[in-house]
Amino acid sequence: MTMLREQDDSPQEAVNPELERKAERRESWRGFFHAVPAYVYLIVFFVLPLFVVFVFSFASRGRTGRPILENWNLDGWTRLGDPLVSTIVGRSLFVAVLNTFLCLIIGYAFAYWIATRPKQSTRTLLLILVLIPFWSNFLVRTYAWRLLLDSDGYITQLGEWTGLWGRMLFTLPAVFLGLLYGFLPFMVLPLYAAIERIDWSLVEAGRDLYASGTKAFLKITLPLSRPGIIAGSILVFIPSLGAYVTPDILGGAKTTLLGNFIVTQFGAARNWPFGSALSSAILIVMVAATILYFRSGARTV
Amino acid sequence: MTDGKIAVSLRGVTKRFGEDVVAVNQMDLEIQDGEFFSLLGPSGCGKTTTLRIIAGLEYPTEGSVQIYGEEMGLSPPNKRPVNTVFQSYALFPHMNVEDNVAFGLRMKKVDEAEVRRRTDEAIELVRLTGMEKRSSRALSGGQQQRVALARALVNQPKVLLLDEPLGALDLKLRQAMQLELKDIQSEVGISFVYVTHDQEEALTMSDRIAVMNEGDLIQVGRPEDIYESPVDLFVASFVGDMFFLPGEIVESGTVKLVGGETVQARTTSAPGTSVTLGVRPEMLALYGDRKEAPPGRNAVSGTVGRKIFYGEAIFYEVDSGASGTFDVRVENVPSARRWDVGDTVIVDFHLEAATAFAE
Repeated sequence: MTMLREQDDSPQEAVNPELERKAERRESWRGFFHAVPAYVYLIVFFVLPLFVVFVFSFASRGRTGRPILENWNLDGWTRLGDPLVSTIVGRSLFVAVLNTFLCLIIGYAFAYWIATRPKQSTRTLLLILVLIPFWSNFLVRTYAWRLLLDSDGYITQLGEWTGLWGRMLFTLPAVFLGLLYGFLPFMVLPLYAAIERIDWSLVEAGRDLYASGTKAFLKITLPLSRPGIIAGSILVFIPSLGAYVTPDILGGAKTTLLGNFIVTQFGAARNWPFGSALSSAILIVMVAATILYFRSGARTV
Repeated sequence: MTDGKIAVSLRGVTKRFGEDVVAVNQMDLEIQDGEFFSLLGPSGCGKTTTLRIIAGLEYPTEGSVQIYGEEMGLSPPNKRPVNTVFQSYALFPHMNVEDNVAFGLRMKKVDEAEVRRRTDEAIELVRLTGMEKRSSRALSGGQQQRVALARALVNQPKVLLLDEPLGALDLKLRQAMQLELKDIQSEVGISFVYVTHDQEEALTMSDRIAVMNEGDLIQVGRPEDIYESPVDLFVASFVGDMFFLPGEIVESGTVKLVGGETVQARTTSAPGTSVTLGVRPEMLALYGDRKEAPPGRNAVSGTVGRKIFYGEAIFYEVDSGASGTFDVRVENVPSARRWDVGDTVIVDFHLEAATAFAE
């Protein structure tokens, strides 16, 4: 991740700027050649499909809803102003923001706990435990949640036994549980990497300079884990916003999110131009937001 | 300098890590008000642990720590009237010079005008005026060291703790900073507790030195005492240059070397004890024969086996047969006579220059 890159902290000036520039240019060319396979791969399998999506957003629909690549129009894009779209976008944003926040709170506490285990072997073991769910299919794991949350599922039974909750399946809380479960590792790993890198003598210096434990955490540990917070939040927020499997399986009809809505356009609704326009719009907004964020000095830490 | 008040007092302080690691063992120590006090020892001797115990970054397994008569107990570092200059400086990378220095005052909720005034003052004290807005990462080692010092001193601690603060600097800068630190200490007038493994640093800066080894406090004293009257072989070999020869006490104050020569030396051991004779190379002199050598001193004959030219001094290894090799350092002054390899010489030294340590 670019934001995790070490910054050059040498205060020295270049001795010979011309020579340095030449060396840098040569270095950069060599880098380019190394990256050629990656460029080719990304262009063929990443940029081109996205371009196709973008092109389809201007296509027209045949009588059966089949996309036709003529009579280019903006119908797909104008439908973005539909009140239904704003409702779904609003709901998806709410879900993504809240899920990112929940992941951040729970993930930070957990990552901090792992990073502060004294033995390296304990830390490695705990990280492996975080990764273990990835060894089985996400769809299968989400169906497992469906069993747990259904009428006779253990979680429902527990809720009924304690009187705290009932059957959660096909409600928003079920979607949150599923998303939290699915994306927590993406928060924990970058946070762990950031927290583990913190020089603890900085925290000790803070304590020595009259900061209480809480103050030292807020003024030193937290700002120094910022690269991890940013990386983790992006890794959770973006897929949460476009989540499809979890809301589809656990959420039911009342909780349509962006991901499901787009899938519907390509499936049942047979409105490819609208689905493409929606996908393209989300992509453009996300890329713009990310660029703006990094331009605005997020790299100061 | 010392008006009798005790700044830091350690009584019976022991620190264990786990079951069998004893970092500090039954340490009793009193550091005077206004004193420059060094904890000297090889790495792993417990000197840094001792400092951290005073700072409150570690708590002793047993024993008590008092700072100006106040029992510290389990009070956390932020409640103690001491500040620390950390080994790697531990400057906050996300803050500039000024915010680093002001951190302690802000945590103590000193009002902002006062914070500004004292921060400027401290930055001036360490001669960094004009660098206030620099990122702490854009500083050289020496500058970082100064910021760390200012950041601690600005809080006007009762005792300043320094953990090998000059360790990361190159030799020239280190020597300059030694003098500067000493000057700053006399200017602010508080006790400095200085941890170092560099004996020269300890000797040049300290009012008193405590030599530690493997968690034990071996000797406490003025630099002169430590250098001239080391209590045991460890202190003798750790502080300054010293070479050693095996021998045996034959009568009070007389050591018989393996080769049969007898020399006078300071000792507390009884006749019949096997000892190691320790002598400092710069306290020896060389003469051509016994008649030249001043009377009433130790004189051992030998041949020059090796000669090393250092510039300011010449180092001779004088082989005296079965007794062993005498290392002799002769200052390179115009009057000094030079010897060549193979010359027969008399090694001359005062009895005060030799100490016999019981084995």
